[in-house]
Amino acid sequence: MAALEIHNVRKEFGSERVLKDVSISIDSGEFLILVGPSGCGKSTLMNAIAGLEPVTSGNIYIDGEDVTWRTPADRDIAMVFQSYALYPSMTVRQNISFGLEMRKVPKAEREAAVERVADLLQITHLLERKPAQLSGGQRQRVAMGRALAREPKVYLFDEPLSNLDAKLRVDMRTEIKKLHQRLGTTIVYVTHDQVEAMTLADCIAVMRDGHILQLGSPDEVYNNPVDMFVAGFMGSPSMNFIRASLENNNGGYQLRIATPGEDELVLPWPEERIAADMAERLNQPVILGLRPEHFSEEDERLTSQAEGTLLSASVAVVEPTGADILLRLPLGEQEVTARVGPKCAVAAGERLALRVDMGRAILFDAETEQRIA
Amino acid sequence: MRDSLPMKNTSATPLGAGAKRSTPSGGLQAWLPRLVLAPSVAISLFFVYGFMLWTFVLSLTSSRMLPSYDFVGFGQYSRLMANERWWVASTNLMIFGVLFVLICLVIGSLLAILLDQKIRQEGALRTIYLYPMALSFIVTGVVWKWLLNPQLGIQAMVQGWGFESFRFDWITNPDMAIYTLVIAAVWQASGFVMALFLAGLRGIDDSIVKAAQLDGASLPRIYWRVVMPCLRPVVFSAVMILAHIAIKSFDLVVALTGGGPGYATDLPATFMYAHAFTRAQIGLGSASAMLMLGGVLAILIPYLYSELRSRKHG
Amino acid sequence: MANVIRRQTPAARLGRGLLYGVLILAALFYILPLVVMLMTSVKPLSEISAGSLLSFPQNPTFAPWTKAWGEACTGMRCDGVGGYFWNSFAIVIPAVLISTTIGALNGYALTKWRFKGSELVFALMLFGCFIPFQVVLLPMAQTLGWLGISSSRAGLILVHVVFGIAFTTLFFRNFYVGIPNELVSAAKLDGAGFFRIFWRILLPVSAPIIVVSVIWQFTQIWNDFLFGVAFSAHNTQPVTVALNNLVNTSTGVREYNVDMAAAMIAALPTLVVYVLAGKYFVRGLTAGSVKG
Repeated sequence: MAALEIHNVRKEFGSERVLKDVSISIDSGEFLILVGPSGCGKSTLMNAIAGLEPVTSGNIYIDGEDVTWRTPADRDIAMVFQSYALYPSMTVRQNISFGLEMRKVPKAEREAAVERVADLLQITHLLERKPAQLSGGQRQRVAMGRALAREPKVYLFDEPLSNLDAKLRVDMRTEIKKLHQRLGTTIVYVTHDQVEAMTLADCIAVMRDGHILQLGSPDEVYNNPVDMFVAGFMGSPSMNFIRASLENNNGGYQLRIATPGEDELVLPWPEERIAADMAERLNQPVILGLRPEHFSEEDERLTSQAEGTLLSASVAVVEPTGADILLRLPLGEQEVTARVGPKCAVAAGERLALRVDMGRAILFDAETEQRIA
Repeated sequence: MRDSLPMKNTSATPLGAGAKRSTPSGGLQAWLPRLVLAPSVAISLFFVYGFMLWTFVLSLTSSRMLPSYDFVGFGQYSRLMANERWWVASTNLMIFGVLFVLICLVIGSLLAILLDQKIRQEGALRTIYLYPMALSFIVTGVVWKWLLNPQLGIQAMVQGWGFESFRFDWITNPDMAIYTLVIAAVWQASGFVMALFLAGLRGIDDSIVKAAQLDGASLPRIYWRVVMPCLRPVVFSAVMILAHIAIKSFDLVVALTGGGPGYATDLPATFMYAHAFTRAQIGLGSASAMLMLGGVLAILIPYLYSELRSRKHG
Repeated sequence: MANVIRRQTPAARLGRGLLYGVLILAALFYILPLVVMLMTSVKPLSEISAGSLLSFPQNPTFAPWTKAWGEACTGMRCDGVGGYFWNSFAIVIPAVLISTTIGALNGYALTKWRFKGSELVFALMLFGCFIPFQVVLLPMAQTLGWLGISSSRAGLILVHVVFGIAFTTLFFRNFYVGIPNELVSAAKLDGAGFFRIFWRILLPVSAPIIVVSVIWQFTQIWNDFLFGVAFSAHNTQPVTVALNNLVNTSTGVREYNVDMAAAMIAALPTLVVYVLAGKYFVRGLTAGSVKG
């Protein structure tokens, strides 16, 4: 039975439709991430699951029970808020046990729960402090502790790491992952950070304009995006979109990239990846999607083994990140980003031979932005 | 897993417990906020809006000692317009209001700017400038009546210093008595304007002033060209509050001049009280109260309008 | 502001001197009436007619104060303002407590449990802050009569509560707007209801605004004269009305020292509040002009 099922949920504010027939179902122990740009409806969906905002239509089931019209308190969920929302007048201990107290859990049990959670999150030494006396990371832990103490059926995390500085964010991300692995809890997690989505999720729902564009594993969403929006949203630096036209190439297909005033640039489309409707689009404009890591520098020693198509371009900007180097290269009418190894000794202005892994390239319709192949 | 595509079923009705409610919360809980507000709303509707209407109705009657509901149309208003004492009161309000607001603004903004120059003991000075605002207008009136008393007050004191010809007897002079109201009211309220301006000044971004300094502007110039324009909302609020105080002024007149000499310092507020409560002219008093309300609305509506507009755009 | 680096040239020093001169002069303008009031209140009458306003009391006496408190004539009766002073307290304390409580609940409901039309409700109530009270005097007199509480302390308490909640609601609403809604959401998820959230989460952080509201209401109601004079009888008058009667009672010799002592007595409670909690007093004054 699904731990959480969202069925055709709609939400309207006046004439504005914030959620448009959203349906999701996740199993017990799954980590679902709702990701998307601000205003895509992910927070509204989260609030609808929590019961903090009524839905216009549709149903929400937790553990098979319809909770659509239940109060937040009666849904057996806990939430970690972006601002942590710790009760300022209470100590950490009181913050953690408040939910249990409201549910009339006996004092001894409450104390035990507080100890257990504090131990788990290593905040035992903070129990008597007030939220104002805690650092950002500590508040974050307390907020999680408050959610964990109740052992609810579903946990909701609303951008819980966005108020932390970069390093702490990475640490806490790992910690949340460990916690999830250890406790096997069902989690719905909202973020606008695609790295968080990739690293944490069992299942990612990419949202835009109140729709779920794609629901799938991080691998699916990253490597098999359904459209240009999902492809561009996931991954950093984001996917390169190159305008091209689809041509016949001895029964197969090839992509011609307009390069005014330069040598022509033609990339053959791998045979094994030919999709059925490509024939209809012959000689029509399409968009070729290539991630920065789909490029690699041509290395003489590897030439023999390496797969892919060679192309040569002059380097406009070199951006070393330490772990690797990002190159900005003009390619036809657009500039693309390529990720190459840290040893690549190339300077701006030089020409460089790059190998393109067409086996992982993605083709989109230039009009609808939907994926073709 | 891709089950997010739009489905045909658009009229999904909740299946769960009970009927559809406006919010997902238990019956009583959903209504508690409204229940809690209900008495206040009822009070407001009855005691504010109802009473305004009631007073308006009274102003259309010939009521004298007791309210009667014998309607005379706008007769009381025309009586009011023909009443010399009402005109004195209205003119007085114009003189008093304009002078009070302007002088308070000038003194208040000046003191705020001066206090903003890293003054030692700023806190103490601020406390002294503002304390009159904590007093009752009755106390203010009593004190200034004493200070302005020609035989014993300031005039006598200065004469005692050897300036025998010094005259400061405005309070007994029907032409000048209205200005004594201005003095006492300014004394009471200008510190408040200072506090408003000072809070405004402290809220201005430092870097704006630094930028102006780097541009080579002199300090007075910076205040006039850069800082004061930023304080327009403060000026606006101050004018609003002061005008409001002026229109409602009643206690000060009662305590300082009693409306005298004669009725030289009558204001609409004292006029209304005198006619409604001591001269048995309830109808006329009501009409004057309605005109006072009109005066307040004339100031309030543009203020609220601009306030709401700026909130929408800001 | 005013982080100007000044070179200490003679001109700058002169400017600084002038600046302090103006500020001190202004301070004298504000403080002298209080000083004169205080000095006059401890001078014997003979010294008042002989000396000048600013002359220091030669033989300070406390007699004017005791007379003002217990014997001075206010209208027909000659038992001082002491009784009225307590009257004021008997009116002010319940009125402040009730109006602040209602205002706090209103502000909480208006900000944390918004519903369709809650903004309209607020606007509706806010209007009560602005009306000239003359427009409600006559209907109020009649209503108090119907309720059987005209000229009583209960009547005055009712009047002050009714016209005070617009302000207290404004204060609390503007304060609670700044408290994150997520706190309330978290408490809802934790299982707390309307009153419990108010009591356990909001109220413990409301101390500053409670102080502002209490001080504002205290000074407003203590200093009120209009309602006091319109809706009280001789035995329920607040001290402001008694003071005015005392000063305007025209029997016998004018005892200016007693007048001043009575004025001091009427002014003291609000002055004490101002000195003890000036910061909150200013916040209350400016709250009306600060956008919510």
